[in-house]
Amino acid sequence: MVTTSQDKKKETVDDTKRDFLLYSTYTVGAVGALAAAWPFIDSMNPSKDVLALASTELDLSSVEEGQSITAMWRGKPVFIRKRTADEIKLAKSIKLSELKDPQSDGDRVQKDQWLVLVGICTHLGCIPSGQKGGDVKGDFNGWFCPCHGSHYDTSGRIRKGPAPKNLDVPPYRFTNETNIIIG
Amino acid sequence: MTKPTWKNPVVKWIDHRLPIFTFIDHSAIQHPTPRNLNYFWNFGSLLGFILVVMIASGIILSMNYTANASLAFDSVERIMRDVNYGWLIRYVHMNGASMFFIVVYLHIFRGLYYGSYKQPRELLWIIGILIFLTMMATAFLGYVLPWGQMSFWGATVITNLFSVIPFFGDTIVTWLWSGFSVDNPTLNKFFSLHYLLPFIIFGLVFIHLWALHTHGSNNPTGIDVKGDKDEIPFHPYYTVKDAFGLGFFLVIFLGFVFFAPNFFGEPDNYIEANPLVTPPHIVPEWYFLPYYAILRAVPDNFIDVWGWLPVIIPAKTAGVICMFASILLLAALPWLDTSKVRSANYRPTYFWLYWIFLINTIILGFVGAKPAEGAWLLIGRLSTLYYFLHLLVLIPLVGRFEKTKPLPDSISSSVISVSTKDEEPANA
Repeated sequence: MVTTSQDKKKETVDDTKRDFLLYSTYTVGAVGALAAAWPFIDSMNPSKDVLALASTELDLSSVEEGQSITAMWRGKPVFIRKRTADEIKLAKSIKLSELKDPQSDGDRVQKDQWLVLVGICTHLGCIPSGQKGGDVKGDFNGWFCPCHGSHYDTSGRIRKGPAPKNLDVPPYRFTNETNIIIG
Repeated sequence: MTKPTWKNPVVKWIDHRLPIFTFIDHSAIQHPTPRNLNYFWNFGSLLGFILVVMIASGIILSMNYTANASLAFDSVERIMRDVNYGWLIRYVHMNGASMFFIVVYLHIFRGLYYGSYKQPRELLWIIGILIFLTMMATAFLGYVLPWGQMSFWGATVITNLFSVIPFFGDTIVTWLWSGFSVDNPTLNKFFSLHYLLPFIIFGLVFIHLWALHTHGSNNPTGIDVKGDKDEIPFHPYYTVKDAFGLGFFLVIFLGFVFFAPNFFGEPDNYIEANPLVTPPHIVPEWYFLPYYAILRAVPDNFIDVWGWLPVIIPAKTAGVICMFASILLLAALPWLDTSKVRSANYRPTYFWLYWIFLINTIILGFVGAKPAEGAWLLIGRLSTLYYFLHLLVLIPLVGRFEKTKPLPDSISSSVISVSTKDEEPANA
């Protein structure tokens, strides 16, 4: 920085070396800043206690045929319906060509009697009606979303209205005849 | 200082309408800075860095914290155990508070040594004291939030200090608590204020910098800048020096975060607050210890010893007054110090007074951590007495009678050896 008249050597600048030092410093600094930012970003992902609640276990022995119950799973409603023989027959009789989101009833259930669905309309996230006896069930006797008029059938498939997809089927398994773990 | 010309058309367009790039260029790039600043001038930018870290980690913590007396402690434990990297962010915030005070004390004692508070930087200094007071309030409020035993009883003791205010004391304390003891409403309020105050500090820092840039930094010689030869541009000289200091600081800071995260803490604060049991020995956080020592040093029979005080000021009140005065007096330092010479390097008597004052303050810190009895109480009283003797008597007197050393002709002549023939440095 301070050059004196006694300095014999002429000051030379090696630009390549300077560029290398400059860019490597910037790079290391940027990587360090990103590494430091990651814990802050990741802290906003689901925490361990939230993940621990990611599965729900239920005893279905008290559910009668033709009755539905609503369970909570990951903060969302899950519709569990013990279908009647008529409903199963109706669901199985539909041709795939008639469906907006073609899927056979067999692909949507593990046991014909038990239909398990995430009870959230695939249009904009409202909860369809049809769980209780007196509810509006829509034109296909399944569920009806009051927000924008989507009709679902007895397999939870979209039949009419703006929703693009069938009601989601969550991952689940039966541990015995009537005990189910969702998630 | 030349007006920069911008090549990038977007930058040019914006700068013509809002000269923000010119402002940055003037205040952080070209800003002429004394060429002889030593590492004691690193702490200002370091404090700015810590403030940003504290605000960032605090905002993240508040996303998972619950300000409710029955949930707060568990929510902090959840942050420590369940939230991704919650332990890291909390330890950064916790140890960051201690680092903040270590660095601010170094910054303040730098100012005391080099006389940075003197004309024309009095307001700069006073704003600094305001920032310091706001920091103390923020730290205190934040310490209450985990709702451990020390949180609760610290809050109880500190808020009770206000009960010494004549006539309105009890009313004010009830108002502070929003109830009849430290409880849920108090916690809610403290959380709200703890979130607010850092942004007040942020604003004060800008005013602090504005005042700083009006007359520029002081320097180790304490003499004024006399021309271009005394100064170098802030970038790259001090940006690089600050960055190096930052790296050094981070090694120490993260050393505590990763290897001794509870070094500065009290184990009792990992016990949930219990309004029915007071811990056997209540101590404030280490950065408050010198003031805590002053608070407890005032004798119970204060009135009998100093009969001239009005009756409405009992001993407890005198202790509180002394504690607040110990900080507020610093704001009066530009006028208490009568010496025209700034730097202690040229003030042989003040040099020793400075170091005695520094050691005395550290002694007060040790006393604050001990029970107020026996020898500790005596040492605390003597140290408190000396603290005020230094500020109120020695400093005004020494300025009048001290024979100062001759000051250098200029900053540049103080750093360039005599043998050089004053050749203009290429980049000054």
